[in-house]
Amino acid sequence: MGETIPIDVVELLPRVKDLRDRGYRLVQIHCVQPSHWELNYSFDKDYGLVTLKIVTPARPDLPSVSDFFPSAFLYENEIHELFGIEVSGMSIDYKGHLYEGRQAEPFVKKPPEAAPAEGASGGGR
Amino acid sequence: MWEFRIPGLLLRWLARGPATRRYPYVKRPPFAATRGSISNDMGRCTLCTLCQKRCPTDAITVKRQEKTWSIDRLRCTACRACVDPCPAKSLAMLPAWTDPPLKKSVDVYSKPEAAPKGAPDA
Amino acid sequence: MAQRTCIPYGPQHPVLPEPIHFDLLLEDEKIVDAVPSIGYIHRGLEMLTRDHDFMSMAYVAERICGICSFIHGMGYCQAVEGLMGVEVPERALWLRTIWSELSRLQSHTLWLGLLADAMGFESLFMHSWRVRELILDVFEETTGGRIIFNVCTPGGVRRDIDAQTLGRIAGLLPRFRREIDAVAGVFLHDASVKARLAGIGSLSREEAHAWGCVGPMARASGLSFDMRQTGYAAYGRLGVEPVVETGCDSMARVAVRVRELYQSLDLIGRCIKEIPAGDVLVKVAGSPPAGEFYARLEQPRGEVVYYVQGNGTKFLERFRVRTPTFANIPSMIHLIKGSRLSDVALLVLTIDPCISCTER
Repeated sequence: MGETIPIDVVELLPRVKDLRDRGYRLVQIHCVQPSHWELNYSFDKDYGLVTLKIVTPARPDLPSVSDFFPSAFLYENEIHELFGIEVSGMSIDYKGHLYEGRQAEPFVKKPPEAAPAEGASGGGR
Repeated sequence: MWEFRIPGLLLRWLARGPATRRYPYVKRPPFAATRGSISNDMGRCTLCTLCQKRCPTDAITVKRQEKTWSIDRLRCTACRACVDPCPAKSLAMLPAWTDPPLKKSVDVYSKPEAAPKGAPDA
Repeated sequence: MAQRTCIPYGPQHPVLPEPIHFDLLLEDEKIVDAVPSIGYIHRGLEMLTRDHDFMSMAYVAERICGICSFIHGMGYCQAVEGLMGVEVPERALWLRTIWSELSRLQSHTLWLGLLADAMGFESLFMHSWRVRELILDVFEETTGGRIIFNVCTPGGVRRDIDAQTLGRIAGLLPRFRREIDAVAGVFLHDASVKARLAGIGSLSREEAHAWGCVGPMARASGLSFDMRQTGYAAYGRLGVEPVVETGCDSMARVAVRVRELYQSLDLIGRCIKEIPAGDVLVKVAGSPPAGEFYARLEQPRGEVVYYVQGNGTKFLERFRVRTPTFANIPSMIHLIKGSRLSDVALLVLTIDPCISCTER
């Protein structure tokens, strides 16, 4: 399961640079949106998983970590397309056309409408 | 030596025949565990709708009022989620696949009518 | 003055197992830039957690990919079991290990066949896949399906393999070894294969680490890590050594995967000898609690990460898969830039791409 370190957006780049200098490898970057916004940056070294977790109430704007981990562009384009998060400075920017899905920002939960239309599946759709 | 393997391969091919099967003229018999298609013994089925609840693709529809059990063959993924928990043991997984259909349809099966009590002689 | 041309590569191409598109910018015969486009097979499977409860999601997880199907199902089940604190019976762990290693055998023989096809060596492609058919017959006998098994579920496995069948599989292992010897011998020693693959797609150890490569791609460049060493399923009892080569080029990647075939045969033999008796399934009661869990497994292509987050209901909040091809694609693009056009097919295949895993 590994270690989870909660951080702020401003700490992201210095922490990522530190992990890169210590020989860590980027494992994944992803986003979850239960009721707030959570971003998880996971790194691995010798089977030890370290996750930097950013928790914010509103959708954050993030700087890209591609300077330190050049393979980050795929993950960042994915969170931009699926969740609408603005990531500045991606090494390759698909501008939302990575997956070419039919819906824009499909994973973002819309706030409930005025007329009640909430399904029974427990989570906005 | 690799150079001498080729005559050996040729002789083996001449003796044993090709590695391929002349499908569809020659078919390999399925294994006993092969997940082909679902069959329902309507005589034993109690229309309890457990299979409908368990089906992950909503392929099964049970109508208790009309006493029918229907399956959309193209939605069924042959996962056995209906067969394993069936309390009446009426559902079974056949090793044979259904023939490819030409159009979408749903297979509907009805429960047979019960024999009337006190059947007349002759 | 060099002539610049832009060639579209894919999404339909005879060597690609799954659709991916490149715009290749060439100067004469050399590629100066490659821009990938994916999204041809994005099905939005992760969003299905809103429709399928956590037990049915195992079926969806297995269908992310046809080649890596078993380990996807197993990884999902392991993640849910970790989140809910379910303890899986011993025998189920060993059965999962046997099926995982069989999965690795069929995936690597599939890749060897595709590589041979990309080189134009069609008879070798057919023989590799003929060997794979023997593995698929074992799958069909034990699980009922050749590609999609529906056998892993949170709490264990849904079917058992009886002792007689296990004995028969153990008896088949020497035959598999002979068949693999014949095919692998050509891959490793044939002059035409060496001419096409040696020196192509060199990725040094530092580059492989910087680009975040995983799996055989990283191990062929000297990075020694294999998620099976973390000891999930029965691997903790078996003890797996990563198969490492230092050649750093495509030949080294072929060598890593061929040696992993033999390693898998050994592991299956040991599993069959040491598997304990017992139950194979425990009932999972309740719903996933609020919380999160990461499960990391070793797919044939590399490290795969499953993340699940529960919210107390029977529908998971989030299910996220980071597949190994997702991690290897940036290095593939790096390799393609600066290569020749005729090598692009081999470079795309050298990472063992599974685009349906990448895009889910």
